[in-house]
Amino acid sequence: MTGQDTDTAASTRAAGDDAGPALAINNIQVIYDEVILVLRGLSLTVPDRQIVALLGSNGAGKSTTMKAITGLLPTEHGEVTEGDIVYRGRDITRWDTADIVRAGISLVMEGRHVFEHLTVHENLMAGGFTRSGADQESVDRVYAYFPQLRERQSQRAGYLSGGEQQMLAIGRALMADPDLLMLDEPSLGLAPLLVEEIFGIIERLNSELHTTVLLVEQNARRALDIADHAYIMENGKVVLAGPAGELAENPDVKEFYLGVAESGGRRSYRDVKHHKRRKRWL
Amino acid sequence: MTTFVQLTITGLANGAVLALAALGFVLIFKATGVINFAQGDFLLVGAFAVWSFVVQVGLHWTVAVAAALVLAVVLGVLIERLVLRPMIGEDPVAVIMVTIGLAAVLQAAVQMIWGVTPRRLPEFIPHGVFRLGDVTIPQDRVFAVLIAAVVLAAFSVFFTRSRHGIAMRAVADDQQAALLQGISVRRIFAMAWALAAVSAVIGGTLLANLTGVSGTITEIGLLVFAVVIVGGLDSIPGAIVGGAIVGLLQQYTAGYIGGGLQQVVPFVVLVLILLVRPYGLFGEVRIERV
Repeated sequence: MTGQDTDTAASTRAAGDDAGPALAINNIQVIYDEVILVLRGLSLTVPDRQIVALLGSNGAGKSTTMKAITGLLPTEHGEVTEGDIVYRGRDITRWDTADIVRAGISLVMEGRHVFEHLTVHENLMAGGFTRSGADQESVDRVYAYFPQLRERQSQRAGYLSGGEQQMLAIGRALMADPDLLMLDEPSLGLAPLLVEEIFGIIERLNSELHTTVLLVEQNARRALDIADHAYIMENGKVVLAGPAGELAENPDVKEFYLGVAESGGRRSYRDVKHHKRRKRWL
Repeated sequence: MTTFVQLTITGLANGAVLALAALGFVLIFKATGVINFAQGDFLLVGAFAVWSFVVQVGLHWTVAVAAALVLAVVLGVLIERLVLRPMIGEDPVAVIMVTIGLAAVLQAAVQMIWGVTPRRLPEFIPHGVFRLGDVTIPQDRVFAVLIAAVVLAAFSVFFTRSRHGIAMRAVADDQQAALLQGISVRRIFAMAWALAAVSAVIGGTLLANLTGVSGTITEIGLLVFAVVIVGGLDSIPGAIVGGAIVGLLQQYTAGYIGGGLQQVVPFVVLVLILLVRPYGLFGEVRIERV
C-alpha cells in the first residue's frame, strides 16, 4: 500500500516511548473568562495505536477537552488552570498550537471548518503546512482514502456537500501525517450511510497507518463499536471508563447512551424523570 | 480618435500604478481582515525612503530601492507587532480607528524627517516618449505598467502556489482551523504587513515618478479605496480591474469634460457599482450552502 513509508514515519516517532501511553491527561481544570469552570479534574489516557472514544451529552466538556489538548483555549479566553497534558512523555499543557501539531497531534474540529474559499487541493496543501515538502505522495494517499475528493480537487471547498467536507477535513488532517488523530463529532449531521463510511475510514487509518485515534462522539453505539477503550463524561469530568465492549454492556450506558431499556418496550415519562435523577449520580 | 487613444493609454498606465498601490491594502485585508486606512501613508513613506536613499545618502537607485524594501519589511513587522497585535480579537471598528491613528503618525513622522517641501524623484525611470503615429506614449508609463504587471503576477502566483501564500489565505478563511494545521497566525500576520509595506515601496515610487514626492501621494491613497471597493476588498484581479476602471474614468472625464470632475466621477461610479454588486466586482461572496 501507499501507506508503507508513512507507516515507518509513524512508528519511528513512536519508538522509544513504546512503554507509555500516547497521551495522558491528568486532572485538568479548565476555566473560561476566569470564572466559568468547564472541566473539573478530567483525566484520561489514550494508549498507543488504539482507538479511544470520548462520549457524553451536549455541554459535558468534550470539545473543550479537545481544545485544551491542542492549545486552542487561549483563542477563546479559556485556560488550563490545573493539571497537565502529557504527550509521549512531554508536557504540552501550555504549548502553542503550531508546536503541538508539529509534535504529531491533529484535530478535526466539530463542524468541519474546511477553508471554504480554498479549493480542495489547496485545503490539502494547507494541511501539509508543517511538512515543508508536502508532496504529491501525501496528497495521493488522501485521495486513496477519499476518491470523491480527487474528482473535486479544483472545486472550492465551500461548495462541497457536508459529507465531502467532513472527508476533506479528515484528509487535511492526514496531510500532517499525524501520530495522534483526534476527531470531534465526525458523524454530526451526516446521513447514516456516510456515517458508516467515515467510521470505516477511521478504523482503516488506525489499522493501516497505525494512527492513534481519540474520537469524540454523540453517536455512542457506533463509537463503542470501533473503539478499544471509552470514557463517558458528564459535567466536565469522567464518570465512567473502561474497555469499549464492557461499557457497551453496562446497564447505565445502555439506558442513557444507547437508548436500550433493560426490560425492553416503552417506558412511561415518570421513568424517564427517574432516570434523569439517577443519571446525576453516575 | 487620437485623443481617445491617448487618454486610454494614459488611463491604463495610471490604473496599473493604482492597482499596485492598492495591492498592499488587499493583502492586509485578505490575510488579517483589517481595513488599513494607513495604506496611502505607506506609499508616502516608501516614496520618501527611496528618494532619501538616492538623493541624501547617494546610493545607486537599484541599491536604494533594495534598501527601501528592507526598511519596509522591518517597518511592516514592527507596526504589526507594536500596533496591530494588541488589537487582535478587538472590535473591527476599534482596529480601523487604530489604523487611522497610524496614518496620522506616519504622515507626521514623514513631515518631521523630510519636511513638507515637494521633491522630485531623480530620473532613474526612463522618461523619453514612444511615438505611434499621432499618439505619444511616455516611456515612464510603459515602465510603470511593466513593473506593476510583474509584481502583480508574482503576488498571484504566491497566493495560489506557494506554501505561505496558501497558508495566508487559510488564515483569512478560518483562524482556528489554520492554527490546527500548524500555521502560526501571528507569523502570517507579520508577513502580510511586511509584504504590504514592500508593495507600497514599489507602488509609492512609481506614483512619485508621476506626481513628485509629496503629500499628494497620500491623497491618492483615497483613490486606492475606490479601486479596492470597485474590485472587491480581497481580490488581486479585482485590484487590477479596479485600477484600470478608475484610471480610465479619470482620464476620460479630464479629457472630455474637464473642470476637475475627474476627482468626483470615480466615486460616483463606485457608489453605482456597489449598488449592483455589494462585494465589488471580484470580491469573495460569502459562501452559503443550502
